[in-house]
Amino acid sequence: MNRQLFAQLGTIIKFQIRQNRWRFMIWGISLIFVTVLIASAFTGLYQTDLERQAIAETMENPAMTAMVGPGYGIDNYNNGAMMAHQMLLFTAIVFGIMSILLTSRHTRAEEEDGQIELVRALPVGRLTNLTATIIVLTGFNFLIGLVSGFSLFALQLEDIGLEGSLLYGFSLSAIGIFFVLFTAVFAQLSESSRGTVGFSIGFLLLFYLMRAIGDVSSEALALASPLGLVLRTEVYVNNIWWPLFVLLIQFILLFFFAFYLNKIRDVGAGFLPSKAGKRNATKSLLSPIGLNIRLQRTGIIAWAFAMFVLGISYGSVFGDLESFFANNDMLEQMLSSNTAYSLTEQFLTMLMVILAILSTIPTLILLMRMKKEEKKGRTEHLISRSVSKYRLLFSYTVLAFVSSIVMLGLAILGIWLASASVMEEPVAAGTFFEAGFIYLPAIWAMIGIGITLLGIFPRATSLIWLYVIYSFFTVYLGGLLDLPQWLLNLSVYGHIPQLPVENVEWFPLIVLVLITFALSIVGFTGFRKRDTLV
Amino acid sequence: MTIVTTKALSKKFGKVTALDGVDLNVEEGEVYGFIGPNGAGKSTTIRILLGILQATSGSAQIFGKDVWQDAVEIHKRIAYVPGDVNLWENLTGGEVIDLFSKLRGKTNQKKKERLIEQFQLDPSKKCGTYSKGNRQKIALVAAFASEADLYILDEPTSGLDPLMERVFQECVHEAKRNGKSVLLSSHILSEVERLCDRIGIIRQGKIIESGSLSEMRHLTRSHFFVETKSSIPELGSQKGVHDVREEEGKLGFQVDTENLDQVMQYVSKFGITKLESKSPTLEDLFMRHYEKDSPNRGASS
Repeated sequence: MNRQLFAQLGTIIKFQIRQNRWRFMIWGISLIFVTVLIASAFTGLYQTDLERQAIAETMENPAMTAMVGPGYGIDNYNNGAMMAHQMLLFTAIVFGIMSILLTSRHTRAEEEDGQIELVRALPVGRLTNLTATIIVLTGFNFLIGLVSGFSLFALQLEDIGLEGSLLYGFSLSAIGIFFVLFTAVFAQLSESSRGTVGFSIGFLLLFYLMRAIGDVSSEALALASPLGLVLRTEVYVNNIWWPLFVLLIQFILLFFFAFYLNKIRDVGAGFLPSKAGKRNATKSLLSPIGLNIRLQRTGIIAWAFAMFVLGISYGSVFGDLESFFANNDMLEQMLSSNTAYSLTEQFLTMLMVILAILSTIPTLILLMRMKKEEKKGRTEHLISRSVSKYRLLFSYTVLAFVSSIVMLGLAILGIWLASASVMEEPVAAGTFFEAGFIYLPAIWAMIGIGITLLGIFPRATSLIWLYVIYSFFTVYLGGLLDLPQWLLNLSVYGHIPQLPVENVEWFPLIVLVLITFALSIVGFTGFRKRDTLV
Repeated sequence: MTIVTTKALSKKFGKVTALDGVDLNVEEGEVYGFIGPNGAGKSTTIRILLGILQATSGSAQIFGKDVWQDAVEIHKRIAYVPGDVNLWENLTGGEVIDLFSKLRGKTNQKKKERLIEQFQLDPSKKCGTYSKGNRQKIALVAAFASEADLYILDEPTSGLDPLMERVFQECVHEAKRNGKSVLLSSHILSEVERLCDRIGIIRQGKIIESGSLSEMRHLTRSHFFVETKSSIPELGSQKGVHDVREEEGKLGFQVDTENLDQVMQYVSKFGITKLESKSPTLEDLFMRHYEKDSPNRGASS
């Protein structure tokens, strides 16, 4: 190969490492830390074989297989098998996303910004940048995989041995490296960094779906997906290494393909035609609300999908719930204060408040987007035309209210669909929707608080997230830690009657709706009166 | 008829006084130039006129209506172009123009197409890929395609190339021919000189000078280049003479308008062989106001 193509490779590698040292540090430490933390949490949560066997049963259904992959070692569901089965896939996906973002940043994004042009004008080889990026990021993935593996082993937990731990770590590295190379190919094909990231994430989702369908019904389809392949390692039980070698062959193919494409193209050019955008706007865009929906479309779809999948994943455990609870003392302690209702029904009340808080997040993101638009000076475009400030804020408010219903509705729908497919005596849809939608007034009150912050304290809008986190912790840990009632009452969610275990009480609901109204009026008036942030 | 009026307009951000009693009038059918350095208060004034900021005291009216109370009514008849155009990266230029037009009201579709062509804009590209100049073109097309009565332009040409600047100037002339009013804030003094009927100079939140260019010239100096038979040793010490320098055998200097007569009589004693005069440029006017405070800024050339 021509050495000219790789001139100054060492310098560029050093430069990229230096440029990224903090980013690498943060990604690396958090990924390793989370892996270790989850491993120790898992082993703490289910302490006896009996408990683990109970959870193993809840794992053995198509819904769970589709979500986290096929169960293995189910007969002897030990710590290692359980942790790897439930965590490997999702951690691998995080490695994949990290690799996509980092790779795109150093290939197409730098090219788009013109940095590559500057570097290429120096005595630097044509393939140097791509090679350096691949070497640096491959090395980084390998390193965090290795450290994760050794750290897991260092915990000295039962059934978490050295070979399994290393295989676990390298499986993560393998997926990370796969997506480094995969993104490197798309960085050649697509003309923009948006396109590069978009295509790569799109394929990551596609690989996940292929694996989900494949794991349930077709082994071949699952093996065609790198995510399916990596789950065939059966870490901690059988420790199978060949899937990693298959991936290694794929790496080499992708590597040469990316090089070939990079060599034959011009700087700035791509192979996929970049679709010309619309010359004119469609009708649906031409209003503040239409503009809002369009700007936040990707986020809305992603959150809607996530809420639905979350619902399904919670719903799919309903099948073996009773036997599971019977075997887990800790969860039973959290729930069993009321014996008139089945554990399933009590579990349901807890799920609903969690889902209600989680649906509040996209709702508030939609509302609080106005702050970002304002700070970037883009709301000026609207209010300097014939859009009143009321109408501007109203467009965000409407979206938030609709989102509160849609996001929560999708989560409940997911729970109901999944639970109906796994339970022998399904709980009626009405029970689910009543128990969930009764939380709407609480979510609305959160919207009201958000509007007030936007209107009166625009520089302190992030306070609302503290309140969300507070609510989540009191709800999640309130039962476990025996928190005093007044701490629970500080959260709006604490005032909602928990159906079906409690009766419907109208008073708190009406008060919350009135509070929402009052806060909205305060916020709108304040927004009308205050200066636009500049 | 007066289109824009402000009276003793003041704005404080906390303790900082951004505007300190600005009086400004834009008459119907005129192009009003608003000049001043960065941070003098141009954009603050404009943002108050647009109802984006609320004045601390004083009054501001457009079309006889209060800019804060009746913002929406006023905005139906004005078009605004900011200097720093931030757009939504994932919308195309064409979509943004349509959106802006729709939000404002009436728009002339034919004129829009014509302007897109004149400004050589590709409206099918995403705003994220546009350069600063192209984002500005988007805002300019949206503004001039609208049937507005008042155009408020805040440094609208800072990213345009000279060809596009000419297209812009033609747009302003056309608006003027149609009896529209324009408030143009700018750094580019030659542009203001070419386009504006009247000018206001703002410094540290105050309008320190306003009027037509010819009115303002009376307040300032004229430039002369002279060649004489014998040299003029004492020219620099004459009253009202400034900035004497020699260039290729010629003597260049500036004279305060009120001392013009004496200085000319003095110079003619030395036998004038050649005399060139140049009326003061806006830059001279501008510099004269600013060099008082900061002598290091350099005298006009």
